[in-house]
Amino acid sequence: MKSIVVTMAHGSGGKLTQELIEEHFWPRFTNPTLDSFLDSSILEIQKEIAFTTDAFVVKPIFFPGGTIGKLAVCGTINDLASVGAQPVYLSASFILEEGLTWKELDAVLDSMAETANEAKVKLVAADTKVVERGAGDKIYISTSGIGYLKVDPVPQPRRMENGDAILITGSIGNHGLAVLQARNSFFTKLPVESDCAPLWGLVEALLAAKIPIHAMRDPTRGGLATVASELAQASRLAVTLQEDQIPIDAPVQAACDMLGLDPLTLANEGKLVIIVPSAAANEALRILHQHTYGRRAERIGDVQCQPEGLALLRSRIGGTRILESLSGEPLPRIC
Amino acid sequence: MLPPQIQLLSGPGCPVCVTAQGDIDAAIALARIPGVTILTFGDMIRVPGSESSLQMEHACGRDIRILYSPYDALHIAMENPEQQVVFLAVGFETTMPLIAATIRSAAQQRITNLSFFLMGKLLPPALRSLCKQDITRIDGFLLPGHVTAILGIEPLQFLATEFRRPGVVAGFQPEEILLALAILVRRIGAGEIGVEIAYRSVVRPEGNRTAKALLKEVFQPTDVTWRGLGLIPDSGLAFQSSYANFDARKRFSLQEFASKDHDGCLCGEILCGRFTSKDCPLFDHACTPETPIGPCMVSSEGSCAAAYRYERWK
Repeated sequence: MKSIVVTMAHGSGGKLTQELIEEHFWPRFTNPTLDSFLDSSILEIQKEIAFTTDAFVVKPIFFPGGTIGKLAVCGTINDLASVGAQPVYLSASFILEEGLTWKELDAVLDSMAETANEAKVKLVAADTKVVERGAGDKIYISTSGIGYLKVDPVPQPRRMENGDAILITGSIGNHGLAVLQARNSFFTKLPVESDCAPLWGLVEALLAAKIPIHAMRDPTRGGLATVASELAQASRLAVTLQEDQIPIDAPVQAACDMLGLDPLTLANEGKLVIIVPSAAANEALRILHQHTYGRRAERIGDVQCQPEGLALLRSRIGGTRILESLSGEPLPRIC
Repeated sequence: MLPPQIQLLSGPGCPVCVTAQGDIDAAIALARIPGVTILTFGDMIRVPGSESSLQMEHACGRDIRILYSPYDALHIAMENPEQQVVFLAVGFETTMPLIAATIRSAAQQRITNLSFFLMGKLLPPALRSLCKQDITRIDGFLLPGHVTAILGIEPLQFLATEFRRPGVVAGFQPEEILLALAILVRRIGAGEIGVEIAYRSVVRPEGNRTAKALLKEVFQPTDVTWRGLGLIPDSGLAFQSSYANFDARKRFSLQEFASKDHDGCLCGEILCGRFTSKDCPLFDHACTPETPIGPCMVSSEGSCAAAYRYERWK
């Protein structure tokens, strides 16, 4: 009798492991490198590469706008894109919890394969392990990625300059809120989806137009506030954001107001903060606006010399507050 | 934004921030009882007890769950009949009516595995106690919109009758706060005392009668300890005898945990304007936003937390 769920036997390394791979992984990710089934994949590679690794444990594994699989691929691609590297190869390790249904696994793998195809990256190494029921949470995925560096010098905070413009590629807080809603069902209906998306295309378009990108970050955990604060610290310059310029969808803002959350500290999985010379800002925005994932890009602030190392938010009525890295989890408040 | 002659002192903070260390210790003791599930609002879990916090206890494996509406406690209790479920009931007059409604529902539905660890607090007695300490440096009060939405303004008229100061009820948006400040400054200049509402979209002079009746039905005033401010007579809420079987303190025969405020914490004095945060020996040493001691540091909007963040800049 064929099992309807993942069992410990699927992690034994024997016949059932082979079945798991052949029936669920192989059809979705087949490529010559993976198909060689060597203990290590042999890759052709250019001289200068970017390399990154990440682990994904999101709960629930399905949420509006994405899955843990899509998130894993996007997260790795976006880390590479943030240094100006074209994502080329991915590896993925899967920790499956006993009892995971094939339907769940297939849906996660489908979304991974779809996103990898869209971004033209190949999965060239993979592994699965199974843990006992209760020892994991359905599925954990750890991915690594290799990208070809497409820009020299590499965008990084110490290249930021006084007067630079700060851009965001779209509205913030959608992913963080979509996951919180999926976890807690605060609202009977909340029209908010995760922004989870692979962003190399955006960066590629900017580089093709010779936009000199000084620095770039994807504001994932900790949100825009954390990235702004880290950019200020790393550059030893001041980062000033204008509250009324930051794109926030109305349902995100309304839900945050009700729950006592700050959209600036919520995670994003399909956004980039891009720092360019002020003179290049309009051209960069024009290019971003032509792209699916950059339609709502905005200039949200500027880099200044003082106060050194601090990120500031100018409120819409003219006040100023310091933006800090998120400490701990974003917790709903009663007050 | 404000001209230098206007100084705002903010605090003691939210009902969570003023929760005494002893109450957190008691909540932790409850969480450590086998078979007990603790329900709490999210921001409670970071507040420090004497040697742990609910966050740390959760990491150690206690069953501590964050909820968003007091009513969720009813479902959780019904879905876990084998567990004793305890709700950590914190709040000012704004939140406590909801908790009272939840307790009444639990009584009506005869839910026997749910109890409430009451830490509710009342604003007017605390304000009066602060005023009694020293009012000389305070010219006027910006009063909280949501507490007055329940209470109305009558319970705060003592600011005028006893202490001869003006007060203005403010909303929470920047424009609403500026409006209230402008009215307050005009009143101070003109020497007009009395309480005025600058948040009329939400606050009615008589407050919310239904909510007040609920509070009265379920709770009665009692003396409680506030973090940083000490014991304040009649500033907390205890069960009316008809609902006493929902009292977690009784159900688990909980001992009293002493709340020893840290030697040297000056929150009370800072709120009266007698000292600034920088005068406090703990400020920026033992007491920081990561390791807060007094409520003005526990609250991210408190005077000490603000001073800590903004002094680095100025």
